[in-house]
Amino acid sequence: MSAPDLLYSEIEEELRASVRDLLTDRCPPSAVLARCEGPSPYDPALWRGLAVELGVAGLHVPEEYGGAGASLRETAVVLEELGRRVAPVPFLGSAVLATGLLLAACPQDPLLAEVAAGARTVTLAVPLSTAPGAGFPGTVRAAAGGRLSGRVTSVADALTAELLLVPAEGPDGPALYAVEASAAGLGVARRTSLDLTRPLADVTLNEVPGRRLAEGGPAVRALRQALTTGAGLLASEQLGVAEWCLSTTVEYLKERRQFARRLGSFQALKHRLADLWLETVGARAAARYAADTLAAGGPDAEVAVALAQAHCGALAVRAAEECVQLHGGIGMTWEHPAHLYLKRAKADQLALGTPGHHRAALAGLVDLPGPVG
Amino acid sequence: MEAELRERVRRLLADHDPAGTDRLDFLRARFDAGLAWVHFPPGLGGLGAPRALQALVDAELEAAGAPDNDPRRIGIGLGMAAPTLLRYGTEEQKQRFLRPLWTGEEVWCQLFSEPGAGSDLAALATRAVPEGDGWRVDGQKVWTSTAHTARWAILIARTDPDLPKHRGITYFVCDMTDPGVEVRPLRQLTGEAEFNEVFLTGVRIPDTHRLGGVGEGWQVAQTTLNNERVAIGGQAMPREGGMVGVVAATWRERPELRTHELHQRLLKAWVDAEVARLAGERLRQQLAVGQPGPEGAAMKLAFARLAQELSGLEVELLGEEGLAYDDWTMRRPETVDFNGRQAGYRYLRAKGNSIEGGTSEILRNIIAERVLGLPAEPRTDKDMPWKELPR
Ligand SMILES: Cc1cc2nc3c(=O)[nH]c(=O)nc-3n(C[C@H](O)[C@H](O)[C@H](O)COP(=O)(O)OP(=O)(O)OC[C@H]3O[C@@H](n4cnc5c(N)ncnc54)[C@H](O)[C@@H]3O)c2cc1C
Repeated sequence: MSAPDLLYSEIEEELRASVRDLLTDRCPPSAVLARCEGPSPYDPALWRGLAVELGVAGLHVPEEYGGAGASLRETAVVLEELGRRVAPVPFLGSAVLATGLLLAACPQDPLLAEVAAGARTVTLAVPLSTAPGAGFPGTVRAAAGGRLSGRVTSVADALTAELLLVPAEGPDGPALYAVEASAAGLGVARRTSLDLTRPLADVTLNEVPGRRLAEGGPAVRALRQALTTGAGLLASEQLGVAEWCLSTTVEYLKERRQFARRLGSFQALKHRLADLWLETVGARAAARYAADTLAAGGPDAEVAVALAQAHCGALAVRAAEECVQLHGGIGMTWEHPAHLYLKRAKADQLALGTPGHHRAALAGLVDLPGPVG
Repeated sequence: MEAELRERVRRLLADHDPAGTDRLDFLRARFDAGLAWVHFPPGLGGLGAPRALQALVDAELEAAGAPDNDPRRIGIGLGMAAPTLLRYGTEEQKQRFLRPLWTGEEVWCQLFSEPGAGSDLAALATRAVPEGDGWRVDGQKVWTSTAHTARWAILIARTDPDLPKHRGITYFVCDMTDPGVEVRPLRQLTGEAEFNEVFLTGVRIPDTHRLGGVGEGWQVAQTTLNNERVAIGGQAMPREGGMVGVVAATWRERPELRTHELHQRLLKAWVDAEVARLAGERLRQQLAVGQPGPEGAAMKLAFARLAQELSGLEVELLGEEGLAYDDWTMRRPETVDFNGRQAGYRYLRAKGNSIEGGTSEILRNIIAERVLGLPAEPRTDKDMPWKELPR
């Protein structure tokens, strides 16, 4: 096993800079907030800019399948920047989860090239809270001939998806299907979600025609792989969220005065921020390790993912909670963006397995079993 | 560079077969071959190579069965005195001190803290007064680790009490065999005496043993303190290499001790330990490509917290056995031994991790002010002459 590379390469820093520039121009907090209050928080123009102009939709898809031929390390950097802006785009659903599934299940399928080019937006129809180790979902059944019926709740990025990848119990066991969002019998109902910038939807299927992509063992393995990769990369989004919260709070406390002093000169506050910074340093190392190990397909990937999720999920929440608290009254307002980050952080903590779930997974992976009985 | 290093290692081993060579002779030859600390300059135990290549040299020599210089026994020399000598020492000082320091022939200690100056180190009161071609030093130091085995000390003393506290300090190398130096063991809560009180009475220090300019000791001391933090927190380790490995081993071997509550705490601590290890690894990778980050203080803070959490957990896990202690005999150890002793010792000794080398509170201040750029505490004593400070 070669030593992990935990730093950022020059290419990754260039990619970060271009994503950041685009987001600075087109995704200021005021715009994100305004959108959340409208009919749909998604910003299709921003998504097009990222997916097509910058080409991040298929970043880690090999060139032979129509992608940019980079690696999951680069995709992780994009997620850091999207997290830093709580950007309302379907990157997680389409470029991470659905792309991950297609890559693992059927890379030759022309669908992958379309998704990688940003020409079609897809998502993976599982509840966002699904953990990588959960069993194959059984809420959708496929009849012989590929008509799907059932219901999947709390699906991320389903509102904008033109296509859904649906795990279903078929006549011959588990299988994966592609379903057109416009197909007759398909319903996508928006839920009121805790996270305003990543809305969830319930998907109902009533004898919807589906195209089978994979079945049996390969389907089960592909789903697990996609969820594992998603969980590992989500750590980078959580890092981005935490970094914004920390740096915004530091800047605020440098300026804000009470008791004839700048608040940042009070040691009780300084120590809280120093501790938060320390945990963010750890989160960066853990998120980089997960991305690097996933990119290399290393044998330690499952440990790396569980580790990153166990640490980064809770850290992002703490950073967002401190951000609200240390901004005082203004932190409690709708107008200040802190709440967008708190909501994203809390929802991300539940997404793809909670920290507690991932710690329990580690117990098995690193041989620290619990008491019997 | 890598190939050249391998070739040098090969030649050293060919000329000095570790099996047949006296330990000290081997270490001296290694130093002279530039393979002691490869990032030091040629002639001073190094080759001016990237620091990251040291691991390669160490691994090859270890594989060949070569003796090491027992780095834990001489940690203060290696971690603190050497980088300071390198940066501020004269050519003669470097030539005189670095080789026996590295081979372990001469142990070093650090005469910084005083009864009245710990966290506020710049408030120190030990006086150095010019006398003949050197200085006469009087004062008292405390908490001095390894003073009882040390041949030399790095010492800071006040040379101008009329200046504000940071400005009137000078940095010296002190000879621990000078008749004015008296070392008294100071027993600590583990029962043993790893550190000491040191009384300095009319100690004679030649001016050639001064490091840096007169009155510039505080800047010199910064080099020592920064290196101390990296030295304490920054060693490369495999997974479960530190205290977490000890606790995990007990957990695996003793299923009858497990409880659900301890399982949760153990998993949390395991995650924290592995995250801290990776963060340390990231710090080393940054240093290796020449982007030194401020994570040095952070690593020491993280390791102190972890060592305390884990060692406390271990005592609880052991239940009735945790009520016992291995040995209260007053001893004078040469090193801190976290692995050779029992859980109770580890628990007690780990309490020092958040005090020695700068307390965790002081490190948080450093992170908040120097890394995050938060405003400094109001400092009323900043421009006041040292002799007028309230004490
Ligand atoms: C095992 C061990 C080995 C040591 N070895 C050496 C050695 O070899 N050489 C040497 O010179 N020294 C050594 N020391 C001394 C060590 O560096 C000091 O103990 C340390 O710097 C703290 O100083 P102090 O003991 O005077 O505590 P104080 O400075 O009196 O602090 C008491 C408490 O107040 C807190 N505090 C102090 N100032 C502040 C502040 N501004 N803000 C918030 N909290 C504050 C501290 O964190 C601490 O909790 C050693 C100490 C230990 C425990």
